[in-house]
Amino acid sequence: MTEEMTGAQALVRALEQVGVDTVFGIPGGAILPAYDPLYDSTKVRHVLVRHEQGAGHAAEGYAQATGRVGVCMATSGPGATNLVTAIADAYMDSVPIVAITGQVAAPLIGTDAFQEADISGITMPITKHNFLVTDADDIPRIIAEAFHIASTGRPGPVLVDISKDALQATTVFSWPPTMRLPGYRPVTRPHSKQIREAARLMVEAKRPVLYVGGGVHKARASAELAQLAELTGIPVVTTLTARGTFPDSHAQHLGMPGMHGTVAAVGALQRSDLIIALGTRFDDRVTGRLDTFAPLAKIIHADIDPAEISKNRHADVPIVGDCREVLTDLVGAVKHEHAEGHVGDYTAWWTVLNGYKSTYPLGYDIPDDGSLSPQYVIERLSEIVGPEAYYLAGVGQHQMWAAQFIGYENPGSFINSGGAGTMGFAVPAAMGAKMGVPDATVWAIDGDGCFQMTNQELATCALEGVPIKVAVINNGNLGMVRQWQTLFYNQRYSSTDLQSPRRIPDFVKLAEAYGCVGLRCERPEDVDATIRKAMEINDVPVVVDFVVHKDAMVWPMVAAGTGNDEIKIARDMAPVWDNEEES
Amino acid sequence: MSRHTLSVLVENKPGVLARVASLFSRRGFNIDSLAVGPTEHDDVSRMTIVVNVAELPLEQVTKQLNKLVNVIKIVELDSSQSVQRELTLIKVRADADTRSNVLELVQLFRARCVDVATDAVTIEVTGTPDKLDAFIRVLEPFGIKELVQSGMVAIGRGARSITDRSLRALDRSA
Repeated sequence: MTEEMTGAQALVRALEQVGVDTVFGIPGGAILPAYDPLYDSTKVRHVLVRHEQGAGHAAEGYAQATGRVGVCMATSGPGATNLVTAIADAYMDSVPIVAITGQVAAPLIGTDAFQEADISGITMPITKHNFLVTDADDIPRIIAEAFHIASTGRPGPVLVDISKDALQATTVFSWPPTMRLPGYRPVTRPHSKQIREAARLMVEAKRPVLYVGGGVHKARASAELAQLAELTGIPVVTTLTARGTFPDSHAQHLGMPGMHGTVAAVGALQRSDLIIALGTRFDDRVTGRLDTFAPLAKIIHADIDPAEISKNRHADVPIVGDCREVLTDLVGAVKHEHAEGHVGDYTAWWTVLNGYKSTYPLGYDIPDDGSLSPQYVIERLSEIVGPEAYYLAGVGQHQMWAAQFIGYENPGSFINSGGAGTMGFAVPAAMGAKMGVPDATVWAIDGDGCFQMTNQELATCALEGVPIKVAVINNGNLGMVRQWQTLFYNQRYSSTDLQSPRRIPDFVKLAEAYGCVGLRCERPEDVDATIRKAMEINDVPVVVDFVVHKDAMVWPMVAAGTGNDEIKIARDMAPVWDNEEES
Repeated sequence: MSRHTLSVLVENKPGVLARVASLFSRRGFNIDSLAVGPTEHDDVSRMTIVVNVAELPLEQVTKQLNKLVNVIKIVELDSSQSVQRELTLIKVRADADTRSNVLELVQLFRARCVDVATDAVTIEVTGTPDKLDAFIRVLEPFGIKELVQSGMVAIGRGARSITDRSLRALDRSA
């Protein structure tokens, strides 16, 4: 089909053609031409947010919950720069989003024009790719390319900056356009020789671990992962971005590894003789001090991004490919080994690991004064709300507790800011997730610090009919920073006290001001009833202010800069490792 | 640490040089020299990048460069299997007394004199970095007034072309 129209109309038409149904954004001068045809679109719903950062995180939440590309839109200059944090966040966690920004008219670019910012230059290091479009004829092709790049290979954010005159110019729209990406060829098929070698090592190993990262769910490969785990009997650890990819209830699951991981997961990696790393990148929060990480382990590393392999830890068997194909091939190759009579025997290993699991389960102290434990709140949420819901978190203590104390059974059911650690992620991302999966229950578990960064999107939720639920774990402090001050800065609480006893702001009143229902819970005996009440309200967003005590800390913990063997289960308490000695 | 010469074929589009340069600085790699120019194909530019890194970081540089959407192909050119050249323009003090000595060195190094003034000459010389260093050393006693040097360009020896296959890929996608 070919049809004459403006660049702006071509943009909206192209978005419709690539299947966009929701765009989060705020209009402004340079992007204004695009908002005119958007007003008429029956296929694309534009959600007017309150801050562009919210648009970016909403696009991320939408993308994570649906697996489709999330879209956000902003005007030039400050509109575009307000997207930067969300774009960086999406880059760190490989979330497929497309950000569309208006730019000043081409003749003005470079003149420091009103609301001009070089957003393609600014976002160069935090996008998978970006485009500056100054010719209306290029718009459909570049939109097609942007969505292709964002969603294939290792997913990531793509920014398309379009000058105002390109949006206003007349062009001839035709679809589908021919993409021109000669330098973009992601490898998805793993090499069969490496797969055979990996399978051989797996059956020979005595202490193997499947180290599962966010890439496994991104490849929609949790079924294949379960198949491989059950076929081999190898224990599984799931990273922060992989929670739910393997069911928490599964006997082979050891929990989350890393700085606040379980003793079983951290200990398993440290003692392992073979780590099968899948869709993960040996992040410093998982490895601790790299030179003491899993010193005895050989590494099989499978990832779709060749640059991740051997970046931090040398891979003995590098496998470049899509995790679903990798896992499918590994299952086949292991079956072949089994048929030849080579079956791994991990009995002794499981004795050790089951010892870790039973001796060092996750736990927490109940305060004597009858005040509320944050961990208890999250545990009860898990129990009452259940594993079919989506849980989102901001960044800090509440995020770690949400990773530890919610029982995840379904892939993708925990959405949070992993790599970037962006405070304020939860509320807007929950809005985006809920719009992507409207029939699901969506809980944002947020801290009071995080919540105050982006809660204005509650107005968007209330007006657009997006009934999310927010559990504010309100300890009146920047809790994680306070924890570090407790442990490493002699209890000198510099600038971490948010003064919650003064109730500024009062979160219940704030919720009501935004057209949401506000609830408060301050006593353990009220937790269940409050959660049940929140679950009954489905027409408007609900905010629950859980006022918790401020001295709770996240344990276990591997202090920054130390090795994983130095994990502490509580302050000055280290686990005892030496109840075993392996062959 | 050792010097490696990378030939990088890129799409001839605005901003590609900035992407490559920003990647090097962001990932903490140092560029010793960089030269960019057109190739026999209008849509393709070629960068010759000399980096001073150990083997493992070199692998990272190459992989990260390959991830740039506008990068089509990367080839490391071994110095023994390729011709590698830099160009230098040198303005050296030379009056009636010393001019003939300077010109003698120009001949010895197969350089060229491209401009003459009463008290200076400007010399153009091409070659490997070693040759240019040697030339600069022998000129120093006369007084070097100004010096400008290009990045290195390099091409593989023999009949094979590194652009052929990449260009076929480009044609297919066009």
